[in-house]
Amino acid sequence: MGVRRFFEAWPPLTLLALAWIATMVIVAVGADLLAPYSFTALDLRARLSPPVFMDGKWAHPLGSDELGRDVLSRLIMSIRLSLLIAFFGTLIAAAFGTAMGFVAAHFRGKVEALILMLIDFQASVPFLIVALAVLAFFGNSLVLFVMLMGLNSWERYARIARGLTLSANEQGYAAAVRQLGASNLRVYGLHVLPNIASTLIVSMTITFPETILLESGLSFLGLGVQPPLTSLGNMVGYGREYLTRAPWIMLTPAAVIVLSTLSISIVGDWLRDRLDPTLR
Amino acid sequence: MTALLEVSNLSRVYEVRRGAWPFGRQATLHAVDGVSFELPAGRTLGLVGESGCGKTTTAKLVLGLVPVTGGEVRIGGESLPAAGTPSWRALRRRMQMVYQDPLGALDRRLSVGRQVMEPLAIHDIGKPAERLDKALAMLDAVGLAQHHFDRFPHELSGGQRQRIVLARALMLDPQLLVCDEPISALDVSIQAQVVNLLLALQQKLGLAYLFISHDLRMVRQVSHEVAVMYLGRIVEQGDPDRLFATPAHPYTQALVSAIPTHARAKRQRVVLPGEPPNPVDRPAGCAFHPRCRHATTRCRVEAPALRILADGRRAACHNAEQIA
Repeated sequence: MGVRRFFEAWPPLTLLALAWIATMVIVAVGADLLAPYSFTALDLRARLSPPVFMDGKWAHPLGSDELGRDVLSRLIMSIRLSLLIAFFGTLIAAAFGTAMGFVAAHFRGKVEALILMLIDFQASVPFLIVALAVLAFFGNSLVLFVMLMGLNSWERYARIARGLTLSANEQGYAAAVRQLGASNLRVYGLHVLPNIASTLIVSMTITFPETILLESGLSFLGLGVQPPLTSLGNMVGYGREYLTRAPWIMLTPAAVIVLSTLSISIVGDWLRDRLDPTLR
Repeated sequence: MTALLEVSNLSRVYEVRRGAWPFGRQATLHAVDGVSFELPAGRTLGLVGESGCGKTTTAKLVLGLVPVTGGEVRIGGESLPAAGTPSWRALRRRMQMVYQDPLGALDRRLSVGRQVMEPLAIHDIGKPAERLDKALAMLDAVGLAQHHFDRFPHELSGGQRQRIVLARALMLDPQLLVCDEPISALDVSIQAQVVNLLLALQQKLGLAYLFISHDLRMVRQVSHEVAVMYLGRIVEQGDPDRLFATPAHPYTQALVSAIPTHARAKRQRVVLPGEPPNPVDRPAGCAFHPRCRHATTRCRVEAPALRILADGRRAACHNAEQIA
């Protein structure tokens, strides 16, 4: 394969994005090994020390915060937690939404009307307000928070799954296989799901950055991940008080948020073309 | 001898609302209204009519894919069970369907070979090796080569796809194939090939076809009997040669006169005025009377029943004798 054909199949921008995502995953998995300090360890004599690129010392390569905690270590732990929340949140949303879409398309009638109503409700109420209400009433725990992230944007998967299933049931391959005598499990699991998977995966690459941003937003407001745990949004939120004196506290996590969401969007774009079997 | 497929007084009604809720009124749409026919084993019944006359609904009713509102479908003397029940599933081995759009009817993510084998997997017939042998033999029977086995639907031509659909339907050794416009999505040159294949398979396997089409010449070529439908009812039924040579019902006359012919015939082209009525607003009396040249006052009041004419075919027209 020539160099040109290689870059046609794998555009440089996509390669960079994939490399960044891979780095993030490695950081998240190996967080304990990579972090030079414990993310809660205080170093009161080195409070607000600047990062290396702002003439700081190598003891704290990305500087330290107002309590002398190492920003690099906190960043590494934040990446782990934020990715974890976004990953499971997206997974829950995709699984729940797709299941609801299948149920709506299979039963039609009243069940479908009810699910469509829930979809419209979800789509019309700003999710941040729902999230605030849930967190205010039920308190905050990491499990509840991940579930809440999963509730975000399920309606998108439900819509996609319902629409594609309806068309498949009406005239297409699903009707043909059902006519052969196949069970529902076979029709949905072996035929409909693989056929709509590419659309769902691409939607996941859209929801994933959204979940990161939502988590960051809620944590910024103090309703997301609670100290002593730390996440990217949490770091930005608590770092904003020192924006003028020590911008590095919030700039590095903010940069990581931007680069990660951008990378996933780029990869999603590329995947959409890649997963269509008729384009290959 | 009892026929393989007996359909008696079959009807399917849809409740529709005319106008937006809560305005408008409930209305009843008779998609299929009192259709009866018999199809003996190894024979072909052609079902013709314009779009929206209930051909496809009849096909779905016969296969049990749509629940019947009235009447009965009997296959091999037994009543058709409700869709989705185990006995309905078991019945799929005796009756299968061939689709109009072969690309839509195939799963584009699976190789065609796997899809041809799938009916055996669904009904748990044979071991994997036997399934493979049978699928390869079936590809050969429908005129495809073994190297097509690993292809994907979008890599095949339209005619090849329809052959795959046919092979998949035949894997269960059915006695009845319901062909819903099996050739209308294909090129003319391919149409003839597929029709010839259908005829050859009928000879070899003794299949019965319910052949639905709006292509009258194809229907004439494949059918042992033809039924013409208009607005959910059969208006004329009989031997194809006689029916097409001397149509008794005015609607059939119009259809037959629309068949393109290469001879510079002096034949009168019967042009029907207006459009087919909305099946919700079925005209009183004979449903065809607003478009009929021969309509009399009786036609506006009394719906004609399908009756046997002197030459043995059936027509639903009060004036069939005078017209023909």
